[in-house]
Amino acid sequence: MKNILINKSPIARIALVIMSLLITLHINGQDGKEILERIDQNLSSKNRIIESSMTIHGRRSSRTITSRSWTEGDKKSFTEYLTPASEAGTKMLKLDGQLWIYTPSADRTIQISGHLLRQSVMGSDLSYEDMMDDRKLSDVYNVTVTGKDTLQKRDVLVLELVAKVSDVAYYKQKMWIDAERFVPLRQEMYARSGQLLKRTELTDVKKIQNRWYPSKVVYKDMLKDGKGTEFVTTSIKFDQSIPDHIFSKASLR
Amino acid sequence: MLEFKLALKNLLGSGLRTWLNVTVLSIAFVIIIFYNGMLDGWNMQATNDTRAWETGAGQYWHPGYNPYDPFTFSDSHSKPEESIKALEERGVATPILITQATGYPGGRLVNILLKGISPDQKILSIPTDLLKYNADDPYFIPAIIGKRMAQNLNLNEGDRMLVRWRDANGTFDAREVTITGIFKTTVPTIDAGQLWIPLEKLQELTTMYGEATYVVISPQADVLPQQTEWIYKNDKALLKDLADIMAAKKGSSRVISSLLLAIALLAIFDTQILSIFRRQKEIGTYIALGMTRMRVVRLFTIEGTTHSFLAILVGMAWGMPLLLWIQKAGIPMPANADQAGVAIADKITPYYGGGMIMATVLLVVLSSLIVSYMPTKRISKMKPTDALRGKLV
Repeated sequence: MKNILINKSPIARIALVIMSLLITLHINGQDGKEILERIDQNLSSKNRIIESSMTIHGRRSSRTITSRSWTEGDKKSFTEYLTPASEAGTKMLKLDGQLWIYTPSADRTIQISGHLLRQSVMGSDLSYEDMMDDRKLSDVYNVTVTGKDTLQKRDVLVLELVAKVSDVAYYKQKMWIDAERFVPLRQEMYARSGQLLKRTELTDVKKIQNRWYPSKVVYKDMLKDGKGTEFVTTSIKFDQSIPDHIFSKASLR
Repeated sequence: MLEFKLALKNLLGSGLRTWLNVTVLSIAFVIIIFYNGMLDGWNMQATNDTRAWETGAGQYWHPGYNPYDPFTFSDSHSKPEESIKALEERGVATPILITQATGYPGGRLVNILLKGISPDQKILSIPTDLLKYNADDPYFIPAIIGKRMAQNLNLNEGDRMLVRWRDANGTFDAREVTITGIFKTTVPTIDAGQLWIPLEKLQELTTMYGEATYVVISPQADVLPQQTEWIYKNDKALLKDLADIMAAKKGSSRVISSLLLAIALLAIFDTQILSIFRRQKEIGTYIALGMTRMRVVRLFTIEGTTHSFLAILVGMAWGMPLLLWIQKAGIPMPANADQAGVAIADKITPYYGGGMIMATVLLVVLSSLIVSYMPTKRISKMKPTDALRGKLV
């Protein structure tokens, strides 16, 4: 091989280098897409029922809110808050980008503009979109494998995701994927300018219904001070039979 | 004429009683003028400042724009129509683009409005010349803020702040802006929570090229016939909030004026009742000498009303220098007086308009005429013989 390269003309050598680079890029691109699809197989589902707790760390104190959510695709989601007493009975229904919130203390259902989906949920580092958006990563991002690393004592692949659709919240993401289980262990969200906006650390990966699923996620808004918000999934069931009435306004009251 | 002479003579003859009534009425008169003058002065200052800093001579709004609903901002942007663009090209209109954003001053999170305005505009008093920048440096974003915003966020000139927003497609972007100027304005609605950056820069950052949320026009701009999609808001519509607040303030001013006047008029009413009771023999004598009852009624009414003329003269004597001094010195307002969102200067300069003074004079004279006349009605029922004997009917 060495002799062949030495004997070739400079133009032929450059062409060979470019060809091998293109082949490498193609393989990486394919690998990245496959990896994303395997992640989607783990994280996305037809529907799911989750019981979770969210701990919001404030400047002076922390508070934990528990909830039960029913989600179908990226269009329908229903959440009922269980504790603390001040939040218990509050219900949220998202249908096709619209959000209704029922507050038991006021006994009123309020429909909120779709833009509220971008606001913080109960003072946490999560937006309503973060909680409810369930689009497949492979549908919205082009992916490249940029390297390998070790995280949480596991071998990880480092992926760089660049948006391929315009209506995506984060233009670029960087993900550290468990090379064996295909679950993200860390995720960084970047602005179009390259500014790091949010970081999520995903831990306690468990096998649930033949899927690997991280049951603890710590969200951190990197632009503000604070410890971030912990989201712990205490119970999750995929592809269940969810009655249609759950995703109706009648279920809010 | 005889009635006027007699009335004045009787009044001056009453001595201290008259001067007490006159003093109380003069105080009411001066306070009414002062209070109304203060409101008129505030109204003028707030109206002029709001026009100069915020509303211009009128505005064209994107059909979806509602300044009271921030959730409409993200969808309220498009390229202004050709007829409006023509006004911009003539230099009699300036477009403004609004987008919601989040500022991170020192690790804190604050919701702000990012507003794009042309650095070359001359229609509003906002010092936009401080927004001029070198277009070759894509990373430098100049920004100007009001003094209230600077105090709230603890920002000074030259400081940098990270700002995050979403572009037209909802994708996050974040950059640092540099505070190139801090302006002082009496109009809080263009200051609190607002960051002004060059229009072209904001259009580029949000991928809303050539777009605006509303367009401010100058008095030189011709109002276009309302056949465009963009909605024209005239001066009256833009200043409606201010006018409503002023109307409410005027209402409370009327209550205060009425109370003050009622106290002063009660004194005149009492004096009239007392005069008629104590001067029955005098009334009988007037009638016996040939005066008609109506003429006697007129005499007593003029006597009572003369209190108001004297009060106006006395009020002018002590009140005019005081009111003029207050006008010169101004009335200092507390620092947080503009929290309600209405333009209030550090000092309010009262404005004593001729119309307002004449209206107050008329109010004082007419109301004292009425309260002077009311007790005298019983004179018309008096028999002169009974009156001469001091026997009240």
